[in-house]
Amino acid sequence: MAPAESGSGQPVTERIYSYYPGCSLHATAREYDVSTRLVCQKLGVELRELEDWVCCGASAAHSTDHLLSLALPAHTLKQAEEKGLPLAVPCAMCYSRLRFALHELQNKDTLDLVSRTIGKELSTAVTVKHMLQVLADEDIPLPIVKPLSGLKVACYYGCLLVRPPEVVGFDDAEDPQTMDHLMERLGAEAIDWGLKTNCCGAGVAFARLDVVLKLSHRILSLAQKSGADCVAVACPMCHANLDMYQKDMTVKLGWKTELPVLYFTQLMGLSLGFSPKELLLDKHITNPLPMLREKKLA
Amino acid sequence: MSRIGVFVCHCGTNIGGVVNVPEVVEAARHMPLVAYADENKYTCSEVGQASIRDAIREQRLDRVVIASCSPRMHENTFRRTVAAAGLNPYLLEISNIREHCSWVHSDSKDATAKAIDLVSMAVAKVARHESLFPKQVGLTKRALIIGGGITGIQAALDIASAGHEVVLVEKEPSIGGRMSQLDKTFPTLDCSACILTPKMVDVAQHPNITLLTYSEVKEVRGFVGNFEVDILKKAKMVDYVKCTGCGTCWQACPERIPSEFDMGLGSRPAIYIPFAQAVPNKPVIDIANCRYEKYLKWKETEEGPEPPQCRICEGVCPTEAIDRSQKDEIITEKFGAVVVTTGFKTFDHSVYGEYGGGRYPDVISSLELERLMSAAGPTGGEVLRPSDGSHPKNVVFIQCVGSRDDKVGRPYCSKVCCMYTAKHAIMLREHDSEVQCYVFYIDVRAGGKDFEEFARRAQDETGALYLRGRVSQIYQEGKNLKVMGEDSLIGRPVEIEADLVVLATGMEPSDNADLIAQKLNISYNTYNFLIEAHPKLRPVETQTDGIFVAGTCVGPRDIPDCVAHGGAAAAKVVALLSQDSLTTDPLTSIIDPMKCVGCFACKEVCPFNAIEEQITRDKRTIASINESLCKGCGLCIVACRPGAINLRGFTSQQLLSEVLTLVRG
Amino acid sequence: MSADNGPLIIGFLCNWCSYAGADMAGTSRIAYPANIRIIRVPCSGRVDPLLIVKCFEEGADAVLVAGCHPGDCHYNEGNYYSRRRFALLRALLDFMGIEKERFQVKWVSASEGKRFAKIITEFTEDMTKLGARKAS
Repeated sequence: MAPAESGSGQPVTERIYSYYPGCSLHATAREYDVSTRLVCQKLGVELRELEDWVCCGASAAHSTDHLLSLALPAHTLKQAEEKGLPLAVPCAMCYSRLRFALHELQNKDTLDLVSRTIGKELSTAVTVKHMLQVLADEDIPLPIVKPLSGLKVACYYGCLLVRPPEVVGFDDAEDPQTMDHLMERLGAEAIDWGLKTNCCGAGVAFARLDVVLKLSHRILSLAQKSGADCVAVACPMCHANLDMYQKDMTVKLGWKTELPVLYFTQLMGLSLGFSPKELLLDKHITNPLPMLREKKLA
Repeated sequence: MSRIGVFVCHCGTNIGGVVNVPEVVEAARHMPLVAYADENKYTCSEVGQASIRDAIREQRLDRVVIASCSPRMHENTFRRTVAAAGLNPYLLEISNIREHCSWVHSDSKDATAKAIDLVSMAVAKVARHESLFPKQVGLTKRALIIGGGITGIQAALDIASAGHEVVLVEKEPSIGGRMSQLDKTFPTLDCSACILTPKMVDVAQHPNITLLTYSEVKEVRGFVGNFEVDILKKAKMVDYVKCTGCGTCWQACPERIPSEFDMGLGSRPAIYIPFAQAVPNKPVIDIANCRYEKYLKWKETEEGPEPPQCRICEGVCPTEAIDRSQKDEIITEKFGAVVVTTGFKTFDHSVYGEYGGGRYPDVISSLELERLMSAAGPTGGEVLRPSDGSHPKNVVFIQCVGSRDDKVGRPYCSKVCCMYTAKHAIMLREHDSEVQCYVFYIDVRAGGKDFEEFARRAQDETGALYLRGRVSQIYQEGKNLKVMGEDSLIGRPVEIEADLVVLATGMEPSDNADLIAQKLNISYNTYNFLIEAHPKLRPVETQTDGIFVAGTCVGPRDIPDCVAHGGAAAAKVVALLSQDSLTTDPLTSIIDPMKCVGCFACKEVCPFNAIEEQITRDKRTIASINESLCKGCGLCIVACRPGAINLRGFTSQQLLSEVLTLVRG
Repeated sequence: MSADNGPLIIGFLCNWCSYAGADMAGTSRIAYPANIRIIRVPCSGRVDPLLIVKCFEEGADAVLVAGCHPGDCHYNEGNYYSRRRFALLRALLDFMGIEKERFQVKWVSASEGKRFAKIITEFTEDMTKLGARKAS
């Protein structure tokens, strides 16, 4: 079957992607995986999970060994290349590592070295897209049954999704709009706020929880002050940091309230008619259901 | 038989340190037709020049080759040297063994071999030189100045006081330029308008100066002493003879457009003067925004909603000075010299997404702050936040926005920003003693007279906090702005809650500076700054005789330097215009009437219409060159099929001899 | 030929832009290989295509003509003519059995010293790889 590029204007049933869930989506970020699959099914986007994907290396690889940080994603890129389909990646960190690898493999010497390392002949003829890019494509019609009217969403892109510009190649590094436009299409209001791409604390939660609390609290605090009812994210790490520690923020930083954090695919799922239970909305630490009920969306 | 003299220069160690000069001299002695060869430490010095004059006489030389720096440096100097010894100044050829050899090649063997080749090429060429005799032409004793800012104003006044006619062309409705937008000037804190407006009035009143505002230069033709310029006078729609500048019309006009003079922070009507002290103090109608003019345009097609037939200005004008029948007019004037003083504009900071990308109303540029501080500005001289009109108490300044930054294509330093930010810090304290200023800087550059003391005053006496570091992000939180930066001297990130952020935006040349340069055939660099003839020694001339450049259109500089620059350009112009005739360049084309078949292929390609028809005595129609118009480009030589044209100074035989000496030698 | 018997490159540079650009490379002390020999002309439009052919006929390995950027010619149009003439010449060189790469036309402005040095360095490297011109 011919691989379909989004934006080509072809019928939706021909959108087929290889799917790389990454380590989190089968485990701690299962809600993201489930909601993504439901939404894709509804929109006629076919996801075919790669059979033998490996961890992208995340921060652990690139902070210990440069070659390892390229070899791990290269293994996945090779499989994607063999399947001949574009690769859809939901996690921003995985997306970033795969794109960095692709960027560095443009250099012939690097390509040769990594090919020898993984024992396979690599090429850079692979298209890698983040799930947001795939689903926010304006050519895919959205059969909305429940517009998210009255819902104010702070779209949080995180630090990796839209930079560095020459590596990720989509949207604006300082004030991105892809998720914002998507939310508007779902009937919600995407608020204007200034911390869309600021760091949430990333992977230092175990070593330095105070850093994560400070950085994530700043983000939640501004989102709330700017009028948001919830924060939409596109990355399991962002979700974890923003969602899990709000009680700690109350105790340690005087955070007086709470702000639900949802995956953008869960919001898409709600507007497309799936129930909160199907979308695993009850699995979040900071419960979004009271807010959604008040907005008559659940 | 020719007797060629070859003089090889050491230029100190500039040449002699890389090229084996004695070896070149020895090789020259064996070149064909060379009767004498010698070396000099500094050929351009009095000693060096004297040795050449002596050698010409003693050795009975009839052609000279000087192997030295670029001919673009000293060709004229050495022509005079040779002439002083009684030889025609055009029997000289310079061989460039410095800029093109010793300064770019490090291997002595390679450089010496190349120098010998270059000298042999020059010897072969000069053997085919002929004596050339320049002509005298008249000149027009009038100067054109393009751009009416402080530099142009100064140049105009200086040339006019010397007794020559000046035409000053300015594209805005008033002269004054950027300086008229400033509140106070560093380091004296003089009121800018107070020191500028007397000069503006002098320009308007000087009998030798014709002021053409709301006008632009369209085309320039001719050469030094004899320029012909087409000037577009845009229709003002107001008769300046009848208009008294009473102001009734602009006070009555109902339209409001963001004021360019106030950087969009204030508004102006459609019939307007840009600022209160405008010279001329008479309005123009902004046709694109005038309601009645829009109505007239609507009448042509009657598409869309009908605009109101306003005409209030005409109704209230006591002298019936509004004249809607005016049309744009192109006039042609003659000049002997042109001075370009088109000035600068500030960098557009909206490309910096990290500073808000132009979205935050309280993140402003330094020129916008000047307008706020100006008593005649949009807020009457009170520094108020654009978002809510309140007085800011915490002001953050960010230096080097659009300067010293490769990422936005501006690696250069804009020179004045450290000083004007110090001025802003001092002035803000004067306006409000509770204001706290923070300045994020990379370096503080205060190189002029009294500048360092002024900058220290800002740091020591106003309580302004100077933080050495960059700002990574500004975001809006509630009413205020959060500025996230770094203090690199203590190695810590800093976070400041500011109610106003001022970006010290860099200087770049005015719009269309490149188009003006192309019209005049002068050079400009990657950033559109005009290029002077020599960066050290010829700061106001260009490579084209008769065209001068001055002020910020050449590079970033402050007001005292601009005034000096304008005066320097004026001095050059006055020197030019004080002559009664000019010597033309004899390096023009020449046609052999025996070979010319009258096909006029040359006329087709000549960019200067210098080829005319001539009828010979045997009734053939052939081409002939108008030597006053010919600029010596040589296009015609290549176009000529019978090979009837040649170019003096670069004849086909001379160029061929250079090639043959090289490949066969 | 240069001391190391590398390629002989003849360069025709226009006085107003490219020659000044080469001067700028000199004042900035930017090094480049010594194989090029520069001949000054008032305009790139002065350079007769037949002269270029003569250069190759007599044994030059490569020829460079450098002029002002289109739009910036000191004589308004000279470089437009040279651009068109040399486009034709290239086709003819090909026909004559001279590799197209041996003849280059470049636009260099008076402030582009660094660029001039880069052009000469790359041109010399390419011509060294291509080898000496075989007599035909």
